[in-house]
Amino acid sequence: MTVRALSQPDARGRFGPYGGRFVPETLMPALVELEAAYREAQADPAFQEEFRYYLRHYVGRPTPLYYAEGLTRRLGGAKIYLKREDLCHTGAHKINNALGQVLLARRMGKTRVIAETGAGQHGVATATVAARFGLECQIFMGAEDMRRQEPNVFRMRLLGAEVVPVETGARTLKEAVSAAIREWVTHVETTHYVIGSVVGPHPYPVMVRDFQSVIGREAIEQIQAAEGRLPDYVVACVGGGSNAMGIFHPFSAYSEVKLVGVEAGGLGLETGRHGAALTAGVPGVLHGCYAPVLQDEHGQIREAHSISAGLDYPGVGPEHAYFRDAGLAEYATVTDAEALAAFRLLAETEGILPALESAHAIAYAARLAPTLPRDAVILVNLSGRGDKDIFHVMAHLAGAGAGAGSGGPAGGRGERAGSPVDGKEGGAK
Amino acid sequence: MTHPMPTNPVPTNPMSTNPVPTNAVPANPVPGSGPNPPVPAGAPRTRIGRRLAELRARGEKALIVYLVAGDPDPETSLALLRAVAGAGADVIELGVPFSDPLADGPVIQAGTARALRAGMTPAGVLDLAARLRAGSPEVPLALMTYVNPVLRMGYRRFCAAAAAAGVDGLIVPDLPHEEAGELREAARAEGLDLIPLVAPTTPPERVAAVVREAGGFVYCVSLTGVTGPRETLPEGFIPLVAEVRRHTELPVAVGFGIATPAQAARVARVADGVIVGSALVRLCGEGLPPERLVEEAAALVRGLKAALKANAQGQPPAESA
Repeated sequence: MTVRALSQPDARGRFGPYGGRFVPETLMPALVELEAAYREAQADPAFQEEFRYYLRHYVGRPTPLYYAEGLTRRLGGAKIYLKREDLCHTGAHKINNALGQVLLARRMGKTRVIAETGAGQHGVATATVAARFGLECQIFMGAEDMRRQEPNVFRMRLLGAEVVPVETGARTLKEAVSAAIREWVTHVETTHYVIGSVVGPHPYPVMVRDFQSVIGREAIEQIQAAEGRLPDYVVACVGGGSNAMGIFHPFSAYSEVKLVGVEAGGLGLETGRHGAALTAGVPGVLHGCYAPVLQDEHGQIREAHSISAGLDYPGVGPEHAYFRDAGLAEYATVTDAEALAAFRLLAETEGILPALESAHAIAYAARLAPTLPRDAVILVNLSGRGDKDIFHVMAHLAGAGAGAGSGGPAGGRGERAGSPVDGKEGGAK
Repeated sequence: MTHPMPTNPVPTNPMSTNPVPTNAVPANPVPGSGPNPPVPAGAPRTRIGRRLAELRARGEKALIVYLVAGDPDPETSLALLRAVAGAGADVIELGVPFSDPLADGPVIQAGTARALRAGMTPAGVLDLAARLRAGSPEVPLALMTYVNPVLRMGYRRFCAAAAAAGVDGLIVPDLPHEEAGELREAARAEGLDLIPLVAPTTPPERVAAVVREAGGFVYCVSLTGVTGPRETLPEGFIPLVAEVRRHTELPVAVGFGIATPAQAARVARVADGVIVGSALVRLCGEGLPPERLVEEAAALVRGLKAALKANAQGQPPAESA
């Protein structure tokens, strides 16, 4: 077993060429202050203890590492383990980071937090922790995502957050991030911006990764206990890439573990309608960092597409680009149809509804497992639960008739169901 | 089912040496519209610096006018640019439309979206600049652009094309000085000023670092926020301008939130220049017939310039601020 040093950004916040700080001058002092406050908190045992305490008693960590025997049997190959981030409080890994950042914001004397959200999971997590610690909370969400993820909009409002619909552009995650950054520029002195993924200007990519690395650290111990060895593969979905980096980073010390990030293939790479920045993007600057991004030949950012709102983003975290270039991880894509099929596959074989984001990782594992021997081990990060997606999935299955599973192992038995989302658009505004 | 493991063959582009094939060079290079000629050390290198120095010598304040290139469409945009130059704009700041303008409020976001819908590209902006330059050989011209379109073309290639189009300087609102070294070098090699921004949140020690290698002028952001007209202007720019003056002899211009002649006159009491953008871009979004739009824009610029002149006569020069 070779043990490698874990990657760290340089003083400018660069992982290799990627990362940095490309923001309006108004925000630069806040980023410098945030970096200093974060370094200080990181070195403070009291802060670490507080973070661990709430991870354990509030979030519900450690999350289980579960041997998915039913799925393994159905696929007939490698053993599949699921890291059950879907069992975190609020139903996804997002709360690990939201908790860390809200504790930090409180320590910095901020009274208000803002966040962007795509699928709503990060928004719900931030609203939840803000409610717990008594901070004012405003969530920016694309109007299209509010339609797709209506249950989460309602949850955030119940938690006392103001949900601001973003009506510009494609009305999805990219515009929500832009709106949150503009809000931050305007209220930077009182407000902390809780970025939800390993994207944005330094120190966000490294800070979010550190808060999420609890996933990988737990998984290493748990798989050792279960199998007496490390897995052959670790698979995770990648939008901005926080659940993936959270599990990859600790495992990247071990060269025998293959790390695979799964990007949104959308309607297929050849259609241009996808969210695969690492696979099909070109390095550029979006939302404050230099990293692969979907853009046209003039440098205009392209709209991403994914059935999953959380993967519907044209950029990706800079450290993933570094991992790719350095050969520390590989990146593949899974289409909307494959993700839908995997959603059903996991429901049928394990009684677990995965988030549509996480279903991309399941779909990849479903492709990979049959090609491997039965003593091989695949560890999939099940980053979130799928309750938020059920209406959206039902509408898709109804719309697609019986054809949900092109190439997916689940086959398709789409039931004809009236779409409960029709006619409800914006109903909660 | 195969075992797909696409390791990504996408090449990573070194940031400044990235010759992406585009039509970067203006379609009709105009004779005599080339880069600024070399000048003695210490003297302003570009039309921007020279114009601001002349104004300062006369005790006048500069009116810097921002428009989005190609808003509402390329032809009307050119007519607007010519009209505002004729109406008394001392410097024109030409916005390169970008899909994700993070420093801009709703008015300029909308202008950007109109220009993009009308087909404007970075190469199209340079073409527009060259056509403006052909008819207005003396008007100082800066491009205000987010960094990604420049990166995509390549820093050196973009700067060369801008200089060839008769551009004098660049303002890049999402490129703080820590990240600006490479572009500054590329701009300098082509005789372009890289105009830095400072904000009310910038602490004094940072102001010194930001303005140290500035060219043209220093752009003071008047308020903590994005671009767009404000009913009342906060006072934060007053100490900021004073702080900037402690660190540089360069002219200091103030922008963000300034829309009316009265606001412009107030800012001009402390600054060397006043930047007005959203007030004009808002006009472009009113759906006026082109001739009427051009007339109203020119009238707005005349009104602003008149307010600055009246102010200059009634007030001591800015050095006392």
